[in-house]
Parts: sequence; structure tokens; C-alpha cells
Amino acid sequence: MITQFRSAAENVSAVVTEVGTMADAFTYIVDLCVDKDACQILAPGCETPLSDRADKVCREKDQKLIAAPLLDADAAGQLNDLCGNRGICLVREDLRRYVSGIDIGVTLADFGVAETGTLVLASGSEDLRLATMVCEIHAAILPKSRIRADLFEIEQDLAADMATGTDYCAFITGASRTADIERVLALGVHGPLELHILLTEA
Amino acid sequence: MQTAKNMKHYRKHVAEALDNEFQCRAMDNFAVAYRASRARAFEGMDVDGMIADIAEIKDDALGRLDELYDQFKAAAEKSGVQVHRAATAEAANALVLEIAEKNNAKKVIKSKSMTSEEIMLNHYLEAGGLEVTETDLGEWIIQLRGEGPSHMVMPAIHLSRFQVADLFTDVTGKKQDAEIERLVKAARRELRARFIEADMGITGANFAIAQTGTIGLTTNEGNARLATTLPRIHVAIAGIEKLLPTLNDALRIIRVLPRNATGQAITSYVTWITGSVAQNAGDREKKQRHVIFLDAGRRQLARDPDCAQVLRCVRCGACANVCPVYRMVGGHQFGHIYIGAVGLILTYFFHGREKARHLVQNCINCGACKQVCAAGIDLPRIIKSVHQRIQDEEGHPMQSLLLGKILKNRTLFHGLLKTARQAQKPITGGTPYLRHLPMIISGDHNFRQLPAIAPKAFRDLWPGLDTAPEHPVLRVSLFSGCVQDFVYPEQLEAAVRVLNRRGAALDFPMDQSCCGLPVKMMGEADAARDVAAQNTLAMAQGSPDYVVTLCASCASHIKHDYPRLLADDPVLAEKAGELAGKIVPFSVLVNDILEPLPEKASTQQPVTTTYHAPCHLCRGLGVRKAPRDLIQKAGLPFVPAAEEETCCGFGGTYSSKFPAVSARILDKKLDDAAATGAAQLVTECPGCILQLRGGARQRGMALEVVHISEMLDAREPRR
Repeated sequence: MITQFRSAAENVSAVVTEVGTMADAFTYIVDLCVDKDACQILAPGCETPLSDRADKVCREKDQKLIAAPLLDADAAGQLNDLCGNRGICLVREDLRRYVSGIDIGVTLADFGVAETGTLVLASGSEDLRLATMVCEIHAAILPKSRIRADLFEIEQDLAADMATGTDYCAFITGASRTADIERVLALGVHGPLELHILLTEA
Repeated sequence: MQTAKNMKHYRKHVAEALDNEFQCRAMDNFAVAYRASRARAFEGMDVDGMIADIAEIKDDALGRLDELYDQFKAAAEKSGVQVHRAATAEAANALVLEIAEKNNAKKVIKSKSMTSEEIMLNHYLEAGGLEVTETDLGEWIIQLRGEGPSHMVMPAIHLSRFQVADLFTDVTGKKQDAEIERLVKAARRELRARFIEADMGITGANFAIAQTGTIGLTTNEGNARLATTLPRIHVAIAGIEKLLPTLNDALRIIRVLPRNATGQAITSYVTWITGSVAQNAGDREKKQRHVIFLDAGRRQLARDPDCAQVLRCVRCGACANVCPVYRMVGGHQFGHIYIGAVGLILTYFFHGREKARHLVQNCINCGACKQVCAAGIDLPRIIKSVHQRIQDEEGHPMQSLLLGKILKNRTLFHGLLKTARQAQKPITGGTPYLRHLPMIISGDHNFRQLPAIAPKAFRDLWPGLDTAPEHPVLRVSLFSGCVQDFVYPEQLEAAVRVLNRRGAALDFPMDQSCCGLPVKMMGEADAARDVAAQNTLAMAQGSPDYVVTLCASCASHIKHDYPRLLADDPVLAEKAGELAGKIVPFSVLVNDILEPLPEKASTQQPVTTTYHAPCHLCRGLGVRKAPRDLIQKAGLPFVPAAEEETCCGFGGTYSSKFPAVSARILDKKLDDAAATGAAQLVTECPGCILQLRGGARQRGMALEVVHISEMLDAREPRR
């Protein structure tokens, strides 16, 4: 099932890596952030001049940012130490302040779906939603034990969440994509330009 | 959008579309690529079963929309969402504007919603003083151009990167290069600013789950997630037919929808929103959520026994992707706002007959849409039904009334054909073609050479034919259809010999007439019914074991439409059911039912052969194997043509109504045949032969186009 998940996710250009532990995942993420040029390297276009109102938003960002809204205090502490050493700012809340751009959004996925390579994220927290939407890279940590064969296997969990009356659930498969111009595939039209899935042994 | 005032005007728009080189090339590439990616996406899955499942889910929901609405409303309002029902497009627009005004919202961002396109919400809100920005890339592009979508999933498929670069240069005030990656990034950054500034986000809903008051949204770009998160107000607007009982129903649709739409196993994002989700908006007010269900004729349509199933549509756009006419003319000439086969129908129900009148006549009835529809909607039948209704409402055109009257009276019809045979003499020059077409039908119609009416009709040749085999094994009645009876009797004569050799004792009931498909195509239901009754009675004579036709269109029409056309008369309906059970295409009778002839080498030199699958044979009757088997058993080297199952562009009366489209479809077909290098093209429908043979001759191709009966007869030693 893990093999099927990996191949389905890679099919839609997700980068899938087996990392072992959470600590390994954090190291991976920080390395990724260090290697990445802010708003520059991933695709052409950032140097292109825009209208004044869009340019203003783009200029608001001046430091590398990792957003990890839902980590518990211990995990966040670990990640923060790694970030601090490398000159990266870790933010955990009030992400509306950073909507002009986040380098990496870090999430813990609730489920993986093998059939389609999909991540399932309970996204009731607005900060979590923003972390996965406005970032350039979305890095999702997924314990292997949370991989299921298809959506029907998690239907009961999803339905139970919906039955609570307030719920925002996201299925995420690959990066944000479009083929609206001449049917040519382009990644990162609104959301992440890259999706990295880090499989842990838990 | 449809602005054509009359048929002439509409044909002019169609001609302009045919001249749009970029669009034609884009559509062509897309049509071919789509088929392959869809097939890959469904590999190893029970597609038909999944589609039948969706039909069942949707039919159940459509039968209790009011109940589901009440359930949704109760569940959603319990957690702070305001649920509204709008009776009309105007009411829905007014409601959205009112929500904006009440909350002092000035800037609106939208994610893709066909329902908002339907009600032209943007125009309404802009007139009300709001700034509205579409954020789906394709929708933004067409918004900037002031156009409607040309495809339901890829709204800007008709535009090139250069056109988009010009638009983006205008909107940013800075020069933008025509490089797709860069244009996409420019849109990302430009639209990000709009998201941040917006007070209100408007989305559609692919699913509305009654049990929990949840809406489901599928996108690839992720713009719906931003639109439902950043602004302080979220308004979702959906047709009331999007209501489903449970999450399970939606998940089953999701397994098909993206695969059928774009060949993706699932869209990049599927978002489920229940209740009024908290937002950390600092000093802003609490998030407001509204769901508006649009009726605008849907509840009435759901009770329409003939057409209700059109509301099963999940908006995957596949019916456009496979349509040979859409491929040639593009979306702006193949729908008003909703595009594709389903668009022709929805235009009538949502935008009225003014907009639909010409569009519904542009269906070639090839059945490609029906075969690919995610919800199993019988699109070609409903398109004809809408055509019929429009004629009933507005009065039938003289031409179609006349044809109806003539076909209802077999003696009159056949008498006229015989008169025409005399009248055509000056223009055939003694050949089997109409060589010098009168001015009135030349011009656009000159893309193929039309055959002449044969010197002697099959029905007149019949008494002199040897039709009794030495050792009869089956009694088979022959249904000739009018093209073969009067134009190509030699195809029937060949069939008689082939069937006789295999022990079929043949009968030809003289009371049979045209099958009635041409009048159905012209929207003449009464005449279609009368002819069906006449043929049903005629073909019951002698109680044959099988009724064979050499015309796939006749066979498919008799099998599928007669029982429906005659359903109101129990006696006729029963007979039509029996006939439907007995009717069999020639290739199936020869290949699958009758015993093969003892092997004997043919004296004829084998020629390289390719095959064209008639629409009504491969899709109408599901026959794909028998003709290929027969070609192989006949010992002919076979080279399959690309797009073997794509329509040849004939479509009966279609090719005289839209000759320019018909000619363009034919051109592709002949290119594909030429690419095989075959000397002979075999098919199993006289209409296809008329089109393909006439076109090959007009082009001066060395390709022989023959009926499968002629091919077999030539390969078999005479008795």
C-alpha cells in the first residue's frame, strides 16, 4: 500500500521521501528551506513586473519563513532550534500576517490514500489552511500507519467530523496546478509549487 | 454565448469558427489526447458500473430535492450557515448583492462556478458597484476578455498564450512575455493581492451533502480554498440538483468526475466545508457563510419524465471532449453558457428557446457523448426531444413538415423517389453520381460527390433474386432502409448472396419504408412514430427468426427508439419490443450467428483494408468485433485507421444542414484512411459510404469504399 501511495503521489509530481522520525523530517524541511531561494528559484516569473497593487504585496516579504501552525510545543521547539541556527523564521500562528508568502508550510497529515496518492488534512484551523495555501512548498509529514487503501476506508471518520457541525476537510493531491493556457501543465498557480510528503515510521 | 438571430447568422458564426486556425488545432490535439488520458485513468476499473451507480444516486436525489434541501438547511443553519433558495436567476443575483451591501463588502473574489456564469452574476454585481475578480486562471482570462467559457472545465481553451500575454500586459500595465510558466506566475502574484483585499469570496459547490449541511468543492488550482478562507464572507452558489443525501454518494461521484473530466485520478484539491468555520480575522467580524441553492427551472425539470436525467450532470465536460462537432466549431458555437451536448440541452431549459433554437440542430447524433457521460445521460435523445419541443412551440419549418408528411405515406415517398430518378438524368450524365449539381445545392455542398438514385430499386429487383438456400437453417427478414433500397441496391444484393450461402432463407416484406430516423433528426416526432408503427407491423410478417439490416443507423433506431416511440400503444409496443429483440446487424448475423462457410481460398487478389466503425454500430449497438473478425476471416491484410470510431460527418440530414462542418469532419476521416495506405475501406452503413466514397472521389483518392457485404461477396466463390 505504501508503494502504491508513493507511486500515485509521484504521478502528480509530489516528492515522497521516507525519513524515519519526526526529527529527520524537520532536518529535511530546514535543509529544503536553506537550499531554496526565496520566491525566486522554483519557477520563472518572480522577476516579472506586476501592477503596483500586486508588487506591493510581493515586496512585503523579506525573510525566509517556515509556518508550522499545529505542531505541539515540544516538536515546535525542536524545529525552532533547527530554524534559528540557519537564519529561518518559524511562525506558528496568526498567519494572516504572512499571506504575501511563506516559504514552507509544515503540516501533519491525518491520512494518506493509496489509490490516488492523496493527503487528508482536517483543516478546521485557519492557520493550518493558510500554511498549506500561501506557501511555496508544502511539506506534509505522514506516518506510514496512516495510509489507507481508498477514500471509502476513511469515510466514517470524515462523516463523523462533518457530523460535529463545524468542519473544514481538505484532500490534497500533488501541488496546485493548472492547464488553463493551451492545456500546458503549470504548477503553483495559487497554492504550493511543490508538495513534499515525508513518510515517518510511526 | 449565443447571439445568432437566425440560422443563416448561426451558420456564419460556425464558418468563422472553422476558419479559426488556432482553435481548430487546439481542439484537435485535445480531442485525441483526452481519449488516451481518460482510458489510462479508468484502466482496470468497471467504468460502466461506476457510471450506472452515479445515474442511480442522482436519480434518487432528483426525486426528492425538496426533502434534501430541507435537510441540508436544517443541518447547516444549526451551525451558523445561512441557507437560501432562489427561485430565479434574478433572485439569486439580488440575494448575493444584498448580502454584500448589508455587510459593506466592496471587493469580491470568485472561484469557478458554472452556476454563477449561468445567472451572469459578475455583471450584476459590477452593475451594483462591486469589484469582482475571477481567480480560476481560465475564468479570469475570459473575464478580462468579456467572454463566456468555451469549455466547462477549461474555459479559455480557445485562446493562445499570445492572447493571454496581451491581456496580462493590459491588466498589470507592464509588458508580459508569452511564456506559459511566467504567465501563470504573474496570475498567481496578481491574484494573491486580490485575495488579500477581498471582503467576500464566492464559490460554487460540486456537492451539497444534505445529511451534514456540507459543501464539497473540487479544484486543481486551490483557489476555492483561498476564496473560502481569506475573505470574511463566503457565499456558495449551486444548482439545487447538486444536493446529495450522504458523503458516500459524493465520494462515489468523485471517483469518476475527475477521471472523466481531465483523466486525473482526483483533482489536486477537494475541499469539504461544514458549518461556519472559525477564522482568526483579528479585529474583523466573525466569518459569515451563505449557501444559495438556485432553482431557475430545475425543480420543474426534475419532474419532466422525458428530460429529468439531464440534471444528473456533474459538469465534467466530457460530452464536449468527444463531440466531433464541438471539436470543429469550439465552445462558443456549441452552447450558450453551458457547453457541449449537455449545454445544448441546458441552454433550452435555463436560457430559453431563443438561445437554443439553432444550437440543438447542430448535433450530428453520433452518440459519442452518451457513451462517455459520467452520469449515463441519454444526451442525443434529449437533444432531439428539445429540438422537437422547440418546433412544437414555434411551429415546424415547412421542409421538415413536408418530409414528415411524405415519409408517413410509403407509396407517396417511394413514388417521389422514382420520379426523382427520372428527374436526375440530366445531372448524372449516365454515371452513378450526380455530376452537375444544380446551383441551388452546390457551393458548400460540393465537398463530396453525391450518388444518383439507382436505375432499379432493391424492392423491384427482389422478385428476380435467388433467395432460397439449398439447406435453410434460419428464416431472416431483410430490412433495407431507404438509402440501400434506392441508392445502393447492389449492397443488398451482395448480402443476399452472402446470407444464402450460409443457409439463411430470406424474406423482404414489401410494406417496409424508411426507418424514420431522418424525421426524428428533424424533430418530427409524429411522423417518426407513424413510420415506426408501419415498419413494426411490416417486419412482423412471416415471424422471422431475425431481422437483418445493412444500415447501422436503421438498426440502432429500430432497436432503441421504436419501443419508446410506440410505448403508448400496448399492442404496437409489444411488437416493437419483439422487433427490437430480433433486429441484428449484418456483420453479427454472418459472424456470430450463422455457421461459417467451409474454408476455400478466394480467387480475388487480397487488398490492404482499413475499417470505419459507423457510430450507430459501434456505439449504438455495441458491435465492435464482428466486422473486424470478418475482414480477418476474409484473408485481407488489415491496417487500423486512427480514430476508427470517430463519426464520418454524415449524420443523415445533418450533412445538408451544416455542410461546412460535415466536410471538415470528413476531411479528417479521409486523412486518417489515407495514412493507413489501404486500398480499400470497409464499413457497414450506407450513410457512411455515401459520405466517405463521395469524399474520396471528390479528392481523387484511389481508395475503394465498400460495404462489408460487398467485401465478403467478392471474397467468396459463387455458388
